[in-house]
Amino acid sequence: MKRFAAIFKKEFKSYFLSPIAYVYLFVFIGLTNWLFFKTFFISNQASMRAYFGVLPIIFLFFIPAVTMRLWSEEKKSGTIELLFTLPLQVVEVVLGKFLAAYAFLCISLIFSFSVPISVAMAGDPEWGPIIGGYAGAFFMGGAYLAIGIFISNLTENQIIAFILGVVITFGMYILGSPIVTFSLPNFAVPVFTFLGLGNHYDSISRGVIDSRDIIYYLSVMGVFVFLNIHFIENRKWR
Amino acid sequence: MIQVQNLKKTYGTITAVDDISFEVQKGDIIGFLGPNGAGKTTTMKILTCFLGATSGTASIGGFDVEKDSFEVRKRIGYLPENAPLYTDLDVLSFLRFIAEIRQIDTAKFASKIDEIIITCGLKSVLRRPISQLSKGFRQRVGLAQAMIHDPDVLILDEPTSGLDPNQIIEIRELIKRIGREKTVILSTHILPEVSATCSRAIIINRGKIIAQGTLDELSSMSKEYVYAKIRGDRSQIEEKLRSFGGAQSVEATGESDGFTMFKLHPVSGRRIAEDVFKLAVANGWSMSELKAEGASLEEVFTQLTRSGQ
Repeated sequence: MKRFAAIFKKEFKSYFLSPIAYVYLFVFIGLTNWLFFKTFFISNQASMRAYFGVLPIIFLFFIPAVTMRLWSEEKKSGTIELLFTLPLQVVEVVLGKFLAAYAFLCISLIFSFSVPISVAMAGDPEWGPIIGGYAGAFFMGGAYLAIGIFISNLTENQIIAFILGVVITFGMYILGSPIVTFSLPNFAVPVFTFLGLGNHYDSISRGVIDSRDIIYYLSVMGVFVFLNIHFIENRKWR
Repeated sequence: MIQVQNLKKTYGTITAVDDISFEVQKGDIIGFLGPNGAGKTTTMKILTCFLGATSGTASIGGFDVEKDSFEVRKRIGYLPENAPLYTDLDVLSFLRFIAEIRQIDTAKFASKIDEIIITCGLKSVLRRPISQLSKGFRQRVGLAQAMIHDPDVLILDEPTSGLDPNQIIEIRELIKRIGREKTVILSTHILPEVSATCSRAIIINRGKIIAQGTLDELSSMSKEYVYAKIRGDRSQIEEKLRSFGGAQSVEATGESDGFTMFKLHPVSGRRIAEDVFKLAVANGWSMSELKAEGASLEEVFTQLTRSGQ
């Protein structure tokens, strides 16, 4: 536990020791706010539906950018050798990194509270979908993060980690959408609809928090964290 | 303390470490010597549990590096090649991070850190981000990191690379001091380093151990030469030196101010410097220099590593 805490603390701190965190936060908050307020006054509705509508697309780029360096930088700079010759369990390191990135994501989401606050000042929004939207963003973001970190472990090049991250999360995002499912045989449609990252988010962000959707996201996180651990443990003995 | 048996590591078709075995006793400072690409780093990576061996076993303090990897990693301090560090942290937070992982409690860390700062000369850079430090300081931070938990065994991959001559001397002194209580393995391709710090050396080339022993043992593996600087007719002197019976071969290696330098390779087991002196006196040659020289580690190394090619 102590070792996990040390990793978590160091990884979280690392975000803020370089300009990365500030650039991310600035771009993330700026972009989402701009995309939201661009249409907010035109539509004249006190709701955040438009905001949560663009969030999955923003996450597609934002989250791989948050996770791309987590392993690839260790590999490139050689610190991975330092890390794995310390008395650490792989699971402590992977969870430390994953949860540090998750904490950073939560901070970005907290910073975006400026949006619901402005909406509340402008009118009287329905709070259910807003809370649901944030819950959806939290769970979907976690799944993206787990995928992103796993991919970062596959390469020592951060740019490749980023691009692969975008491509793979995008692929998983549209898996359940009609673009993919319409060409599939009937029996496969529900499977793909269930596997896609997007559909669960849509239902949560409508304000319908179903335990199946949450279990789905937790399983995606679990699977990729497990794969990450598995890949690292098997690296050594080849 | 360290036991390595028939260790082998292949990467695809390349054999980096080919069936090596050695033992290191407690308190030894072992120099791991070899040309670049000889397999030194790979061996160290296996000993520190970073890589798995293809076959063979290695153990440190009785713990197998593969089966009890965690126990091994607790007991060793490792400075990887080029001292990789988390460069966005400052020196103190980096060392604190390592201490936290090694579960050193705060009180013990507070007392230990002062000692480490002094031994590694880090006082002036303690609050500086590692990214701003010179190679020499990074190397010292790497050493500090390896020693913070008082490990039984220190494994140092090229500890003095990238340092200036003064720093090299400091680090060597430091290693010697540590070696009084701990077991140290250091790798290098710089020969004087081994003569300066190590009690024993293992010479490795192309993944195989080609010689190991104390420095004296290694030096005695090579030949001794006698050098004499004599004035006079070169071919006549050469002839006489060759015919007195003590030298296998005589070679004139250089000439200055009318003196010629002769290099004599004695018949094995014979000490011929005195004979050469007597010969010079008997013939009335003037002589400005006479010395018998054992082979340096350099020569042993060159002879051993070249012959395998």
